[in-house]
Amino acid sequence: MMTEHSEFNFEQCIKCTVCTVYCPVAAVNPLFPGPKQAGPDGERLRLKDKGFFDESLKMCLNCKRCEVACPSNVRIGDIIQAARIKHSRKGPGLRERLLANTDFIGSMATPFAPLVNMTVGLKPVKMVMDKVVGIDHHRTFPRYAFGTFEGWLKRKRKKQSKFARQISYFHGCYVNYNNPQLGKDFVKVMNALGIGVQLLEKEKCCGVPLISNGLIDKARRQGEHNTALLRQSIIENNRPVVGTSTTCTFTLRDEYPHLLSIDNADIRDKIDLATRYIYRILESGEVQLHFKKNAPQRRVAYHTACHMEKLGWAYYSIALLKMIPSVELTILDSQCCGIAGTYGFKKENYPTAQAIGDTLFRKIEASGCDVVSTDCETCKWQIEMSTSKPVVHPISLLAEALE
Amino acid sequence: MRFDTVIIGGGLAGLICGIHLSKRGQRCAIISSGQSALHFSSGSLDLLGTLPNSEEVESPVQALTALAEQAPNHPYARFDAERFVTLANKGAELLREAGIDVIGSAEKNHYRLTPTGAMKPTWLTFGGYVHSASPEELEWKSVALFNAEGFLDFYPQFLADEMRRKGTKCNVHTFNLPELEILRQNPTEMRSANIARIFDNEATLNELANQIASRIGDEQAVLLPAFMGINSQGNLKYLMHKLNRPVAVVATLPPSVPGLQVQTLLRRYFQELGGTYMLGDTAQGYQATQDKISALYTRNHGDIALKADNYVLATGSFFSGGLVATNTEVYEPLFKVDVCYDSEREKWYDRDLFQAQGYEEFGIATTPTFNAQRAGQPIENLYAVGAALAGFNAVKQGCGAGVSILTAIEVAEQILSKM
Repeated sequence: MMTEHSEFNFEQCIKCTVCTVYCPVAAVNPLFPGPKQAGPDGERLRLKDKGFFDESLKMCLNCKRCEVACPSNVRIGDIIQAARIKHSRKGPGLRERLLANTDFIGSMATPFAPLVNMTVGLKPVKMVMDKVVGIDHHRTFPRYAFGTFEGWLKRKRKKQSKFARQISYFHGCYVNYNNPQLGKDFVKVMNALGIGVQLLEKEKCCGVPLISNGLIDKARRQGEHNTALLRQSIIENNRPVVGTSTTCTFTLRDEYPHLLSIDNADIRDKIDLATRYIYRILESGEVQLHFKKNAPQRRVAYHTACHMEKLGWAYYSIALLKMIPSVELTILDSQCCGIAGTYGFKKENYPTAQAIGDTLFRKIEASGCDVVSTDCETCKWQIEMSTSKPVVHPISLLAEALE
Repeated sequence: MRFDTVIIGGGLAGLICGIHLSKRGQRCAIISSGQSALHFSSGSLDLLGTLPNSEEVESPVQALTALAEQAPNHPYARFDAERFVTLANKGAELLREAGIDVIGSAEKNHYRLTPTGAMKPTWLTFGGYVHSASPEELEWKSVALFNAEGFLDFYPQFLADEMRRKGTKCNVHTFNLPELEILRQNPTEMRSANIARIFDNEATLNELANQIASRIGDEQAVLLPAFMGINSQGNLKYLMHKLNRPVAVVATLPPSVPGLQVQTLLRRYFQELGGTYMLGDTAQGYQATQDKISALYTRNHGDIALKADNYVLATGSFFSGGLVATNTEVYEPLFKVDVCYDSEREKWYDRDLFQAQGYEEFGIATTPTFNAQRAGQPIENLYAVGAALAGFNAVKQGCGAGVSILTAIEVAEQILSKM
């Protein structure tokens, strides 16, 4: 019998079970087989017979904390996601399409933002979404902005092109449709460093909600489209690409080649996260930032998002926050908040999502902080929905503290 | 990124070294490629249990001369008795400062109970574990041993048989709880760490106490697998109070719950002292100028270098990738520093699995001050500590944790003495 070939290194697994110890889902939901069994163990069986595929793999958050913990460098999270992509028989329904098409929904919603925000916030609407669509009624959708970030930056094009040094900004759907202020703050910081900010030719959603909701063909098409834009910016125009969202940045760099088979080896190193990009410039000493004097002190608790943990770059965001004279910083233990993008919006996942985040929420409340800071937008939603604290991106805190 | 010292490897040796340096004001970073061997901990830390000639050790410090004669390349052979005791005591002190409750001394070994019921000499045992001053007997003449129904990483009957031989009557029971019913829906993943979490809930712990109370007689003590809570402290004290007698735990198969608690406490203490701990990253390249390392590059940080005055290899042995073996050679993959190994491959191993294996003693060759070297030339600011070192057999000699802790502190002090 021919045995299929696995592109993953599952044979490096020595069955030590350390991944299962650090899996946020296995800790609260025993119905999830855990990363070892769902990943390398299951892969071995699925190669023999795809009948061993189990729909419970959709309980995986794709947080990659198993990979961070693994002493043998097994790509456990990738194995699980790839198995879902390859074998899942359950196609995406209306809910999955609603949650996954952030780009389309955003572009429809922003022109009517006040009306849309009011409508989705109404209790009867929430109940219908819960009962009919399967989006948990505890959830509040992030508010849509009246006008997109892209529209705003296009109007600033002239001013931005005056800077000698240029970067392209991968703003992502959240900045474009929900929080243009973060994009404006990013532009402010970059300009203070003497760098102009450009849009990519026609950025599309990075594709992460499409991947997690099973719309793989569409994710791959968008990934190919974006990779072409990134290549144009990085290679033709010599402009590195910088993002403020950890998940978008992680997806462009690593999920594209690992899950969508899009080769980006020639440009990967020039796709950067905002705080890391800024850290590199400040470390070189070529430019300095000037902070406001006598700004009121703020107690900030930093939360390391899962994909930030996987990137290994929390150091940069923390280092920037430490530079701000008016910030008194606490660093929360790195753990999953439970939402994992669209995962926590689904009715069946709501209890798991809240149980995962429970200890984090308690620690935040006990920390005595004024604000929580994190580089991930969906962590922001989850923490704001589950604690009494507002959540602000490190770049916004930086922008606010600048002279 | 600029640090005073960069440590490669985030297990016991790396953390102890980082903690000692951070306490003295150094800015340290630890890079750790995944979680460490502490997750397989027995619940005890060994210093020296057996000499190479198979003689069992009662007092590690008194056995030092004999060890140096029988194994002149052993890392301990570089310490005199006074230094040995100083380093060992310092290690125990650092563990206690990190919040880890340990008992034992370098002057005299005590005995730990293994998961199969044997008694092994050891140095420090984590609080709550069964231990004894003598290998011949336990503290109690009768005990009640409770296991969770369906938990397969624990062998009560082995334990009961062995204890009986040592004159302790052991009554074996299993307990069941509603929370265990939920865990059992996924029987293959019913592991110690998952079970431990249910006892973070006080109501569940109380229910366990009630079940045990209703089933024990006049046994002098109650024994349980080492899975009594992950984030909670004081669960054993609570049970002792409720059951009105000693309650102790016995090691399970991995993952080791107390081991992962120790890892967490050491990492937290290191970070509280200002240390930077980078998990899930791998050192991949470096820059050197003449005989010094000037920069280190990792997978995650790419072109952003970690620069430091000193670098420490705490990368462990073969399992963690600190050493790599091919069919013809053994090498250290990052800096390609000198490694001690036998050139005759037949001497790498013994066909009898239970004999000392030659490869166990392979490791990084170092100067008397634990500097790594290349072609016999010392690298001034690169040190090696712990399981990566050559000259000892951690399994046969029962000295793995001791080598990690003592060499980590010794190297930290070497680094501090240069300031």
